[in-house]
Amino acid sequence: MAYIELSGVTKRFGKVAAVNRLDLSIEQGECVAMLGPSGCGKTTTLRMVAGFEDLDDGEIRVGDRVISSKKKHFYLPPENRNFGMVFQAFAVWPHMSVFENVAFPLRIRKLPREEIQARAEEALKHTNLWSVAEGSPDDLSGGGKQRVALARALAIRPDVMLLDEPLSSLDPHFREEMRFEIKDLQRRFHHSILYVTHDQSEAMALSDRILVMKGGVVQQVGSPLEIYGAPANRFVFEFIGLSSFLQVALRDGRMEVAGASYAPPAPPPPELAAAGGAWLAARPNEIAFSTEGGVSGTVERKAYLGEVIDYRVRVGEAEVRVQKTRREPGPEVGETCGLIFARPRWYPLEG
Amino acid sequence: MTTAVPAAQPRFGTAQILLALSVAILVIVVAVPVLLIFFNAFWVQGQFNVVDVIKVLSQHETYQALLNSLILASGVTVTGTIVGTFFAWLVTRTDLPFKGTMKVLFLVPFMLPSFIGALAWKMLLSPRSGYINRLFMDLLGLDGPVFDIYTYGGIILVETMYLFPFVFIQVAGALERMDPTLEESARISGADLFTITRKITIPLVMPSILSGSLLIMLYSMAHFGTVAVLGIEVGIYNIPTLIYEKIHQSAGSFASIRTGTVLASVLVVTAAFIMWLQNKVLARGKYQIIAGKSFRPSELKLRGLRVPMLLFCIAYIGFTIVLPTVTIFMVGGLRTYGLPFTAENMTLDNYKFILFDWQLTRDAIWNSVSLGFSAALITMTAGVIISYVIVKMKVRGKGILEFLGMLPFSVPGSVIALGVILAWSGKFGVNIYNTVWIILVAYIARYMAFSLKANSAALEQVHDSLVEAARASGATMWQALKDIVVPLVRPGMLAAFFLIFLPALRELTVSVLLYGPTTRTIGVAIYTLNEDGETVYSAALAGIALIIIVFGESVIKRLFKVGRKG
Repeated sequence: MAYIELSGVTKRFGKVAAVNRLDLSIEQGECVAMLGPSGCGKTTTLRMVAGFEDLDDGEIRVGDRVISSKKKHFYLPPENRNFGMVFQAFAVWPHMSVFENVAFPLRIRKLPREEIQARAEEALKHTNLWSVAEGSPDDLSGGGKQRVALARALAIRPDVMLLDEPLSSLDPHFREEMRFEIKDLQRRFHHSILYVTHDQSEAMALSDRILVMKGGVVQQVGSPLEIYGAPANRFVFEFIGLSSFLQVALRDGRMEVAGASYAPPAPPPPELAAAGGAWLAARPNEIAFSTEGGVSGTVERKAYLGEVIDYRVRVGEAEVRVQKTRREPGPEVGETCGLIFARPRWYPLEG
Repeated sequence: MTTAVPAAQPRFGTAQILLALSVAILVIVVAVPVLLIFFNAFWVQGQFNVVDVIKVLSQHETYQALLNSLILASGVTVTGTIVGTFFAWLVTRTDLPFKGTMKVLFLVPFMLPSFIGALAWKMLLSPRSGYINRLFMDLLGLDGPVFDIYTYGGIILVETMYLFPFVFIQVAGALERMDPTLEESARISGADLFTITRKITIPLVMPSILSGSLLIMLYSMAHFGTVAVLGIEVGIYNIPTLIYEKIHQSAGSFASIRTGTVLASVLVVTAAFIMWLQNKVLARGKYQIIAGKSFRPSELKLRGLRVPMLLFCIAYIGFTIVLPTVTIFMVGGLRTYGLPFTAENMTLDNYKFILFDWQLTRDAIWNSVSLGFSAALITMTAGVIISYVIVKMKVRGKGILEFLGMLPFSVPGSVIALGVILAWSGKFGVNIYNTVWIILVAYIARYMAFSLKANSAALEQVHDSLVEAARASGATMWQALKDIVVPLVRPGMLAAFFLIFLPALRELTVSVLLYGPTTRTIGVAIYTLNEDGETVYSAALAGIALIIIVFGESVIKRLFKVGRKG
């Protein structure tokens, strides 16, 4: 059985379901990222796991104990869950020194003084804060403050680490550095991590599995590769990475775009063919230009982005984005070209 | 720093005129009176004299007044801080029902004049004739009163009711702005709510608690009305009431004026010290605890205490706001003070009499309205000019202005009044003592700080480039001021006007030291009528004053709501 198990977890604010029947299991030592746009329910889910929010339905267990259950009307208070949590706004206490911040949870647990000293020191050394331990966290940069928060969570030796957008208050160059530090610490301590973010590259770099959410509903759960390579629906496809879409009509084994009829680049799934229309989706770097054949369009814009050239091709009402490396030949602005969809995917028109 | 405009013009330019004008206003209105007080206290017969000052302070009467001020101020500070912090926590951090309404209601005491409250409490709890005391004496057959309001405890109780919002506002604000994850991270670290409150929440809002309680101390120290109504009768004087007593008895005798100036000097020094301490607390405690994106703070579930706590709040508000207000209106409607509240004893004649027939009260209402209006208008205008020089102009010597402008913040009303008497009763060729003009001058000095604060805040929002663009388009300095700056700071000016007009309407401390036979203000009239035993007329006038104040406050609220939308 999985280490952390969320089953049928539901949270309503008024009549709106912020989280709707969410199932998720996390193995010991696994890092799972919850990814989605703001308001999708990912932070609410994390707060339910932490114990700050009650459930409107479902159950959460860790190991062999139930920590939140609507049916049993039982909620283990957050202070008794033995979790470590890192917040977006750092939440380090400005009236305590860096050391006292990290020692606070240990003092609450009434550990012997030598152990408090030893564990705080260890956590501070792992996060490169030992030299500023006696200083005020207010004198540290955002990255420094977040390391204090991380050290505080580590010192607990938590059963589970909860990270709520820990990097989004940081400057971009710190963000990448901290990302590696977190990954490094996870490898060393083998924590189970539940990580909330709206940044897909963060989720890709850090996690073993990603859960994509939208409107309180899970869209897909899978490894970063699966999420990127085989998105379950149009939303996931669009949310992860760059994407181009064409709305096509499907009739008699052919597809129609902007009044012209083509042979489809691959046979569409039968249920979509039966429905008579679909989205044809592709990554911009998986579309090729051809002089003969392919969906016909006109190049409207061409921008050099260093290594990559970014094309905007008009096909009827739609605009298709194509990216090629700067060594590959391509059409000029105003020229007509054919678009070959090398790795096409099909998604239903609604939803 | 280059002083572009003025340095290029060696002649006497607009900037210099404005600066000279501003300095002149502040020196004449604010600095001279305060300096005269120190001068009179320490300079006797042509020489500096500290021995006499100590002699004056060690007289039993003055020493006792100093001690009383300290006792009362400390008592009010302690109780007010506890009450204010508790209610602030209750309306921000628990699931108390009707929290929003309660929060507004707890701020009501701010707009009620405390001496009117003291008057009401005198009617309710004076040892022999107080309604509550009599009720219990009749009901339970007691010999003595249940509670004697003419005591240190009574004065502290009444002042607490009107001063606790200083702490309430500061602490509620801090608790609301505080990032809730600071507390959540403590919870997930294993701390229970009690530990979090003790180790995280209270230390983080401590600067706000302290700064609020220092404000209570500052006001209580210099507070006249409540002690005058409840203390003088039984010989409890604090510094401002003793100053009042000295000046009134003296009819200008040198010895009492000296005692007054010595007491006033002590008050100024103490007030300045408290202000300095408050600034220090605020500067040291600038923790960055402001929330970013965040969930609402976790509320303590009161569970079984939810309804009792609500009832407690309602009882508190009923007891401290509704009961005194109702008492004022009821007593104001009695045919004779002391009669029971039965239908045949009630009448509206008192209200009619003081509004339309009695010269004394009609004068008082007219004086207060016209004084308040003129003081507000003059102070607002002067405030704009001075703030403009302080905030916007690059002229040398504006540091003096900043200092002079902040000075009135730490100068209590009774000190200003005494200083104004010293400055304007003929010593320097102008004698306006016993006229309405001396009150006007004192009001301007007292409220200048309000105007500077509101106008500086508004002016800081107007970026320099707006004026520079006007000058570049060919406007002179005056045209730029008139067409660009004034329209943009109009909301600030309006705020300043009402910040002065409303308090001036109910002013007592300053005018009670300055009034003459025909220059009573509303506050003075209420106070003296009560002293003279005309309790029902005093109450009726107090009722009228309350109506004017509440009406004025709601007009402002509406005005600013509309202004903000536009």
